[in-house]
Amino acid sequence: MTYIVNGETLESSANTLSELLLALEYEGDWLATAVNGELVHRGDRTNHRLNDRDRIEILSPMKGG
Amino acid sequence: MLTLYGQELGSRMLLGTARYPSPAILAEAVRQAGTEVVTVSLRRETAGGRQGGAFFELIRELGARVLPNTAGCHAVSEAVLTAKMAREVFGTNWIKLEVIGHHDTLQPDVFGLVEAARILAGEGFEVFPYTTDDLVVAERLVEAGCKVLMPWCAPIGSAMGPQNIAALRTMRAHFPDLPLIVDAGIGRPSHATTVMELGYDAVLLNTAVAGAGNPALMAAAFAKAIDAGRAAFEAGMLEPRDMAVPSTPVIGKAVFS
Repeated sequence: MTYIVNGETLESSANTLSELLLALEYEGDWLATAVNGELVHRGDRTNHRLNDRDRIEILSPMKGG
Repeated sequence: MLTLYGQELGSRMLLGTARYPSPAILAEAVRQAGTEVVTVSLRRETAGGRQGGAFFELIRELGARVLPNTAGCHAVSEAVLTAKMAREVFGTNWIKLEVIGHHDTLQPDVFGLVEAARILAGEGFEVFPYTTDDLVVAERLVEAGCKVLMPWCAPIGSAMGPQNIAALRTMRAHFPDLPLIVDAGIGRPSHATTVMELGYDAVLLNTAVAGAGNPALMAAAFAKAIDAGRAAFEAGMLEPRDMAVPSTPVIGKAVFS
């Protein structure tokens, strides 16, 4: 399926959000995820099924003022 | 003692974590300032989580309370989602709410700010709104559920210092019991002293410290300036007067002619 991850279009066989994170080699307990503009909690990623053309945001801590 | 949303803090200096020459210098600045609250942000992670992880570890080691921001958000929906994602990552209800209305001045979109503040307060967030010195906007933010206000004193990163003392004074007088933090526009320690003398509860700094020749030394200088301004406010200052007043008593002075 085609997903838009952090603004970049890519192909993946992942069916759930947690599978996608694994496939893209994301790691750590400091990530926040959103799909199509809605927060997906850490604990819900395994059950969150993705659809073709879903827009996924994966954010992590950064310095800020 | 400063209390923000029920949290007692010994330091009245809040510090941003951006633009330092190195992570070690950031850590030293935090230590020198004795700051207990640092601001942080969220960005797209492209390195599988490792970039953010390194920064997260540094922040944990600082031992300070974290105040995540919604920097760079121009839409209400964007700011609200960023706040929710920040709560997920940092595990705090605190959010420095920024809804930017203008690219050049980074002036807050105060209409969007009030709307976003209302939504977030309704979802249990403890909102620290980055706002202007407009009194009506301040009232709307309080109505929306904000129990702290953070007016600018000049545009972000401008280092211009307080541009409208009268407005800051009015805001302080209008909200005598609400914690007010000057956020943005401070360039040097004397600016911080000035707003603390007006009775502001705290100051949030970033560029003025991070961009200094010696950020750790500047952090220490700001900490002293903020403490001095606060002590002066608590001590009660003289008002300026038009006429000279002799400081040495004249009664009993010898008469030689």
